[in-house]
Amino acid sequence: MSDFFFQLHPVIQGLIKGLAVIAVIFPIAGICSMAERKVSAWIQGRPGPNRAIPFWFAWVPVLGPFLQRLGIFHVMADGGKMLFKEDSLPGHVNKFYFILAPIVAMMPALTTVTAVPFGAYFDPAGRTIPLGLAPVDVGLLAVFAVSSLGVYSLILAGWASNSKYPFLGGVRASAQLISYELSLTLSVIPVFLWINAPGTEGTMSLARAVEFQSQPGFLGGTWFIFLMPVSALVFLISLFAETNRLPFDMAEGEADLVGGFHTEYGAFKWGLFFVAEYSHMLIGSGIFTLLFLGGWNPLPWLSLGQFAALLHVAHLPLAVGVLSIVIFLGKVLAMIFFFMWVRWTVPRFRYDQVMKLGWQKLLPLAIANLLFYAIAIAVIQK
Amino acid sequence: MATDFAFPDSAAKTAQARPDIASQPTTEFETEKMSLSMGPSHPSTHGVLRLQLELDGEIVTKCDPVVGYLHRGDEKIAENMTYNQFVPYTDRLDYIAPLANNMAYAIAVEKLAKLEVPARCQAIRVLTAEMARVSSHLLGLGAFGIDTGAWTVFMYTFTEREKLYKLFEELTGARFTTSYSRIGGLQRDVPEGWTGRVNEFCDQFLPILEKILAMLTRNKIFTDRTVGIGVISKEDAVAYGLTGPNLRGSGIGVDLRKDKPYSGYEQYEFDVPVGTKGDSYDRYLVRGEEMRQSVRIIKQVIAKFPGGPWYATDAKKIFAPPKDKILTSMEELIQNFMLVTEGPQMPAGEVYFEAENPKGILGFYVVSKGGGVPWRLKIRSPSFCNLSILPKLCAGCLVSDVVAILGSLDFVMGECDR
Repeated sequence: MSDFFFQLHPVIQGLIKGLAVIAVIFPIAGICSMAERKVSAWIQGRPGPNRAIPFWFAWVPVLGPFLQRLGIFHVMADGGKMLFKEDSLPGHVNKFYFILAPIVAMMPALTTVTAVPFGAYFDPAGRTIPLGLAPVDVGLLAVFAVSSLGVYSLILAGWASNSKYPFLGGVRASAQLISYELSLTLSVIPVFLWINAPGTEGTMSLARAVEFQSQPGFLGGTWFIFLMPVSALVFLISLFAETNRLPFDMAEGEADLVGGFHTEYGAFKWGLFFVAEYSHMLIGSGIFTLLFLGGWNPLPWLSLGQFAALLHVAHLPLAVGVLSIVIFLGKVLAMIFFFMWVRWTVPRFRYDQVMKLGWQKLLPLAIANLLFYAIAIAVIQK
Repeated sequence: MATDFAFPDSAAKTAQARPDIASQPTTEFETEKMSLSMGPSHPSTHGVLRLQLELDGEIVTKCDPVVGYLHRGDEKIAENMTYNQFVPYTDRLDYIAPLANNMAYAIAVEKLAKLEVPARCQAIRVLTAEMARVSSHLLGLGAFGIDTGAWTVFMYTFTEREKLYKLFEELTGARFTTSYSRIGGLQRDVPEGWTGRVNEFCDQFLPILEKILAMLTRNKIFTDRTVGIGVISKEDAVAYGLTGPNLRGSGIGVDLRKDKPYSGYEQYEFDVPVGTKGDSYDRYLVRGEEMRQSVRIIKQVIAKFPGGPWYATDAKKIFAPPKDKILTSMEELIQNFMLVTEGPQMPAGEVYFEAENPKGILGFYVVSKGGGVPWRLKIRSPSFCNLSILPKLCAGCLVSDVVAILGSLDFVMGECDR
């Protein structure tokens, strides 16, 4: 099966991979949107969506009502609604950029997925082979470079809408995203300083970071969240800001800006922004998991290899691969749950407070953290 | 007794709170100002208020409230119907607390007729008015939560309001537009066991209220958003005619329930919470404390719930006789017929009565030339007066602050526009 795939023309391989990305990201984002509604309902003490069910499924005895109460079918109802709604185009907008904005929003979201490894298996020689669509060696750099393009979609949407609330939202979004990107980038540098010890081959690969957290020994098996808690904190807060989630959802801020940059959007174009937001969350959570939460290692000081050996599946590449993907996805989804938990618990910052937090607190903290680890690593690894 | 709210670092915060934004030095750059019409259809203008804002970037340089989108001519309508027929219109004033409006209107007209209602009627009115206050403050709190981005608070408060609405429905037959008062009495007596259920509600409500308030009171983001925002000084509060929690938040303990007791409020023990600085946060604290005090009053009313008649039995020309009498006795039938066609008979004269409603002081000025229809009815609505301070409050703050200030003023456009 895999041999057949690798014999295909590279272009066809690429196309299949691209389709795989879309086929994975869209359903997960859809499920996340449903989960958001359900999680918010749990937090707010109400039942949440529990009505939609296809009539033929309602006849299935126990499973049908159970899935109905879980709200599973609302995903399809929501998606169908978004697809078939009238895709209105307001008369006062700049049509070209207005339509371009959601496309630009989706592009970095779908591209960065390819650079994120999501699992691993062991080849007969015992080496770890990470699973990823595009195993680029610049890894994290590629992700940051592409995902920061996402800000263009918000600016374009804000300006092309030719309307005041989206305009304010677009301006806020551009300022906020650019501000927090600095802290985001600075916070991960200590991790790679640690990995790239003098004399070793330099890498920005995310898989390498995971490998580092699965070494034997006390220090080797320690996840980076324990080694570098400040980095993890700065990264997490910046992630909230970068993905425009509450308490940092300045660009949308429905209380003051109605809908922010997507006020004028509707139907599927709005849906694309929505999916892009969840994709950013997924990718951000994925990177956080890889860098700080041990990637596909089930527990600190218990690496995937040891865990597979415990289950007696270490010699089966397929089993290990599936196991690692399940562990990784589990952690990512737990992170998504955390995102939702925060969103429905805390109020929203004011725009100037967000800026102050970014420039006056997070950025100095990230720089101090970087300096501290640079010196510490230099002393330890000398 | 005034409750003093003082928090560890609040004074320092107020001192350095807003000048940085309000009085930014004008640079040599010429910036173009943008006008933004916030509302009448906007999620945070609580109905159909429209704010014509002038923005310099994110800073509001001028705020011009435009009211009247919900004007229905209630005062003129009142001149064309009998006193009792106007009761449903009072529901639509402050539609968050219709029971309190019903009561204020009924007392105003009764004052014109120099009619004293029995103790039981007064007690029921106080009970329902305080329940309406709790319901109104719950909505105000929840909406304030949404305005600052805390959706969950809103959902929690609405769960509690739903329980109150169930009780209202049982009492009046309607959840929202209760129309419960009649001139000289009430629509009906309380159902059997109802006061017990109100008591049960109060018992379970207090811990939940603490939970709801705990979500905001010490929340860092919430205090950052509200402390030192929309500060109303004592002088301003008086000068602009603010009433209710907005006035008390500024440190002036005016509460008509204490100062000019009506409907037997003097029998009940309660405190009037007063703020210290007059910012949005103080107004929020005052509302939270008022709910606790309202529950205290409700419990006292239920504890000494008087028996006896629940309407003025001697006012034959004002309050309709019981239904079974109407169907069996000639005299009562005629009496009822006259009441329905001519309205409750009032003496000529004029009267002004104001009651402490959840939003502030709701006043009714009734001029009668005799007969069953008022010659003129003027409504002094607290929301209208409270909103008059907006231009002063909003100048110099950020767009997001406007939303927080609107939320903290807790107004209802149905009452403002009448």
